[in-house]
Formats: sequence, structure tokens, C-alpha cells
Amino acid sequence: MTWFLDHLALVGSLLLVHAWLAVVPLLLGLIIAIPLGWLAERNRVLRPILVVGTGLLYTIPSLALFILMPLVLGTGILDPLNVIIALTVYTVALLVRTVVDGLSAVPETVRQAAIAMGIGGARRFFTVELPLAVPVISSGLRVAAVSNVSIVSIAALLGIAQLGSLFTDGFARDFLDPIVVGIVACLVLSVVLDALIIGVTRVLTPWVAARSAA
Amino acid sequence: MNLVWAWLADPAHWQGTGGIPARIAEHLLYSALVLVLAAAVAVPLGLWIGHTGRGRVVVVNVVNGMRSVPTLGLLYVSVLVLAPRLRGDWAFLTPAIIVLFLLAMPPILAGAYAGVAEVDPGVRDAARGMGMSGLEVLWGVEIPCALPLIFSGLRSATLQVIATATVAASVSVGGLGRFLIDGLAARDYGQMAGGALLIGLVALAVDGVFALVQRVAVSPGLRPARPLKTHEAIPAS
Repeated sequence: MTWFLDHLALVGSLLLVHAWLAVVPLLLGLIIAIPLGWLAERNRVLRPILVVGTGLLYTIPSLALFILMPLVLGTGILDPLNVIIALTVYTVALLVRTVVDGLSAVPETVRQAAIAMGIGGARRFFTVELPLAVPVISSGLRVAAVSNVSIVSIAALLGIAQLGSLFTDGFARDFLDPIVVGIVACLVLSVVLDALIIGVTRVLTPWVAARSAA
Repeated sequence: MNLVWAWLADPAHWQGTGGIPARIAEHLLYSALVLVLAAAVAVPLGLWIGHTGRGRVVVVNVVNGMRSVPTLGLLYVSVLVLAPRLRGDWAFLTPAIIVLFLLAMPPILAGAYAGVAEVDPGVRDAARGMGMSGLEVLWGVEIPCALPLIFSGLRSATLQVIATATVAASVSVGGLGRFLIDGLAARDYGQMAGGALLIGLVALAVDGVFALVQRVAVSPGLRPARPLKTHEAIPAS
């Protein structure tokens, strides 16, 4: 506890970097996964290719992916961009299937009703189908958020500073306090991100609360 | 890229106890050991919870909770606490294996539990109506129907274990992670990236083997298997 109080500023700044490295890929991944999921949902040929293909990316262990990134991007091994892109890849891998699941779960009657009301194309997607898929997409996003927070810490092995640096520091000095503080900080960060996603989902889907109250 | 090929093509890296085949064997051996142990505990437990419906809340919370614990931190705590109390080669290996075991349990448990819990109640009632006992229903109906999800859980756990076994090289454990950690220490990018490439291939190959076994083991009547929903799946780290 005293170690934590003595190093508040350090933990705080590492926490901010950690949050940045975890959240940016989450948003990028979501932005990329929605059109890919949309494509996979309507195209029978592309569907298995996209879902299985992105799933395969998910099997590559994170430390290996971080190290392979410079080969693809031409970055240095210490560049935080490696972490951001690698985690974006994981987020996309996880979310493409979720977006497909979410869009497939939109009732056909609702789609037909929208068509009958003359809501077509992009407008139908953004005002009817995507909003109805939000609860499912949000459940996938929660998994991605929590796993991103854990995976970011592994980048400390390569010397990229964030909360994981407390683990490598503590381990090198045979000192438990920073490691425990780092674990707790990671847990706090994932709980906060989870609550944020749940909150935003509630705001975006008022009918869910209304239905359960009725 | 040239550095990587040069490292991979060097015949010296393919021989001896620190060579590529030996490291692959180590990696697979640790992973298999952990998975067999974890499956031996988690599959029966998950089946029991799914069959009886008891302890469901515990499963959901444990699974979600474990997902948030950073694996690297857990690994280091385990080593710092346990290693001084152990001797010899096993001083670092045992704490690492305990952490791998803890990480492998939740996805297997979730898969087995969800598999049995989601069996169509009509099917279960039909089996009961035919006079099958509780155990017969579990063995003859629920487990076969649950196989796709049991496999999903096992595959998630396998990927998690292979990934974390890589990270465990930073606490002096063998396996393919050695190339990554030693390459980093020696500023030898060829070795690091070559090792990383091998780990990616091993993970893909192992998952491929599971996919084949699953195809053979799961009744054709159950295809196409529903993949574990994203909120049930535990991503590898």
C-alpha cells in the first residue's frame, strides 16, 4: 500500500497510456468490423471467408503478433503502433463474427416492415438493422475490451511502457507490490471500460430497458 | 524479412536441446500436460453444473473474472511466491504450469456447462420419457449434443495456453517463447521474428488438428455447429 501511495503519479501515467493502447484499437476495430460484418452477412460466399479468415488471425499468440508487426509495418520493435495495430487485428477478428451474429438476429419481419415503409439501402442499415444489432455487438465489444486490457500488458516484455511495466519491474526486483498494484489497476480499468460500454449501450437501446420494465 | 529467413534456414538452429524441434516439442508437451489436467477437472465439473443447473452463477462470474486478470501479472506473482519454495528445474516450471492450468479452466468449464445447459429441453424430456436414467441421459444424449461447445471451449483454452506458455519463457521456462525472449535480450530480431512465426504456425496447426478431430467426433446431425457466442468465448492473450 505504501508503495502505491509513493508512486501514485507513475501508476496514474502508466494507467493512462494503458487505457489509450487498449481503447484506440477497440474503436478502430469496431469501425473496421461493422462494414466487414455487413458484407459477410449479405454475401454467402464472403461470409465463411471473412469469418474464418479473421478467426485464424485470432489464433496467433499476442507476443508473437507484436514481434511480427515490424515486418509488416516497417516500424521499430519498440513502437507502440505495433501494439495498436495488433490489438486492432484481434478486435476485428472478434467483432466481425459478432456483427454478423447481431445483424442475422434482426427479425425478418422488422426488415420487411422497414422496406414496406420505403426505408431503403444505407438508411435501413443505419436506422433499423445496426441499432437492433447493438446489444449483440456490445457483448462482443465487452469481451474485446477486457481482453485488450490484459493483452496490452504483455507488450511490457518488449519494453513498451504501460501498466505491464509494473509487472516486469517488480519481477526483475523480486518485489511483489508493483505487480499487485498493476494487476489491480488493470482490473479497475477493465471494470471501468465494461461499465462505459454497458452505459453507452443502454443509451443507444432505450427499448431494451423499456421492454424489461413493462 | 531476410534476417528471419537467415535465422530459420541456419541448420544449427534445428539441432540440439535448444534447437527448433526440441523447443516445439517442449512447447507442445507443456501445453498438452496443462490441457489434460485442466480438462480432467473442468469437463466433468462443467457437465455436472450444466446437468444439475447448480452453481451456474459461480461459473459465469469465475469465467468473466478470470478473463480480466492480466496473465503476465498472474504469472509473475505465482513465480515470485512459489519459486523460492521449490527446487531445481521445477522451481520455475511448477508456478508457470499452475497459472496455465488456472487460465485453461474457465473456457473449458464454460464450454462444457453451456453445451449441456443448452441442450433442447424437448430432447432431454424425450430421453427421459424413453426410460433413460439421469446418467444415461447425460452420457447418451447431453454429452453428444454438447460436443460442439465442449470442443469450442477446449480450443479456446488451447490457444490461451499456447499463448501464455510463450510468455512464460520470460520466467526461464522452455518452449518456443525462448527464441522471442532470448532474441530480444540479444537484440537479434531474426531470432525473435523467426520464433514468433513458428509459434503462429504451431498455434494454427494445433487448432487445425482440433478442428479435424471435432469433425470426426461430432455427430453429423449436429452440423453446422454453432460456434461459442462471443460473450462465452475466452480470447487468447
